[in-house]
Amino acid sequence: MANAGIPRRAPLTARAAGLVACHECGRVHPLGFTTCLRCGAALSSRDPFSLQKVWAWWLVGLMVYIPANLYPMLVTTSLGKTSENTLLGGVIELVHIGSYGVAGIVFFASIMIPIGKMFAIPYLAIKVARPDSRSAHLRHWLFEVVEFIGRWSMVDVFVVAILSSLVQLGGVVSIKPGFAALCFALSVAFTMLAAISFDSRLIWDADKGNAE
Amino acid sequence: MGKRINYALAAHPSFQARWSLALNPAMAYGPGMRPLSIVPAVDPAILKDLVACPSCDTLHRLPDAGMNQRARCVRCHRVLINPRDSAMTKIVMMALTATILMIAAIAFPFLSLQSHGLSQRSSIIDVIEAFSEGMMLPLSFAVAALIVVLPMMRLAAIMYVLAPMSFGWAPAKGAMTAFRLAEALKPWAMAEVFIVGVAVAVVKVSGLAHLSMGPAFWAFAALVLVTVWNDTFMCRLTIWRTLESRAARR
Ligand SMILES: [Zn+2]
Ligand SMILES: [Zn+2]
Repeated sequence: MANAGIPRRAPLTARAAGLVACHECGRVHPLGFTTCLRCGAALSSRDPFSLQKVWAWWLVGLMVYIPANLYPMLVTTSLGKTSENTLLGGVIELVHIGSYGVAGIVFFASIMIPIGKMFAIPYLAIKVARPDSRSAHLRHWLFEVVEFIGRWSMVDVFVVAILSSLVQLGGVVSIKPGFAALCFALSVAFTMLAAISFDSRLIWDADKGNAE
Repeated sequence: MGKRINYALAAHPSFQARWSLALNPAMAYGPGMRPLSIVPAVDPAILKDLVACPSCDTLHRLPDAGMNQRARCVRCHRVLINPRDSAMTKIVMMALTATILMIAAIAFPFLSLQSHGLSQRSSIIDVIEAFSEGMMLPLSFAVAALIVVLPMMRLAAIMYVLAPMSFGWAPAKGAMTAFRLAEALKPWAMAEVFIVGVAVAVVKVSGLAHLSMGPAFWAFAALVLVTVWNDTFMCRLTIWRTLESRAARR
């Protein structure tokens, strides 16, 4: 798209202009201000601990993601017979019922999104340390996808909660939540925190014409 | 895609030099000074008409007040401003509607299941209590927070901040903090994720038993629609600037 009136150099950032911008409300202040005059939020031109927090949350998220896949999500007792379903098992079961659409949604939310986040978050963090300005748009898009889509992984935890509250038909059939539900919920929450901790302004700092 | 505006402060050398001299204390007071304290030469009020993109830090000049169009960041295309006519009143009314729907969703039965002559009813409270056994207990609190407590807190904060605004009054005490809270809660209020979970659960038990939706299900579904619609009316920047100008008048 043509950007009339905008030179080929990267646009002026608040930091390059000697200003510090509020992350909450966008208000700009001269460098040195520590509290936003408009909304009262703490100001920092770039969050100096952003990457440390991202790596820490990502690591604990990865650690609980492993048991989330190994332990059962659901424990079904039907006429005295007990069967267990893992995260992936739940998707396979939906395929067996023939609900391919719903199986696709659950596969996307419970398998694709968490795995994608596990790779996307370290990629974004590593690229801040070794920047190249050409991929900034792609990395920004990736960050927005990770930030927007992460919470949808929680679907499976809610499914487990609904099924175990509803399917309690005495000796006929009953469903109980498995240990993986807790691990998976924690994993989703930790990777969401990793994405929230990431200061997206770091993506653009290597953008050309912005080096000083 | 919204109309792209040209409010970006171009990195024109003369402009940049002027800005740096006027605003960068390190440059204005010599290289030995550290930019620590407030710069006396600059009145921060003149910076009110600028906005930095929260995603990429690009400086923009704000469009004139009263312009009713969406503006995006020239670099990363994030929506910076999206003003709507009488949005404040609409948002308050919708937040109030959503709160009433949430109370209905908690009070009435949510889903009921019939199989082999047995039946089981379940409310939102039962769904929350599903994890209440043993070491799964923290998950019960988390589910309660994600589907009821945090969405309610967010609605309450929005109403607290915007109801005085819609009447043209000065902001309530602590309105700034309340609105920051509402913004911070946004990713954690998961009512819409929950409703997708209900749809998946319905498909999963369809082979096992007959399932019917209670009134609470429809209340909750309506709540999700109202909340999602409401969020499209919310323009962060417009609300912040209104709060700021009203607080200054007090
Ligand atoms: Zn602010
Ligand atoms: Zn931007």
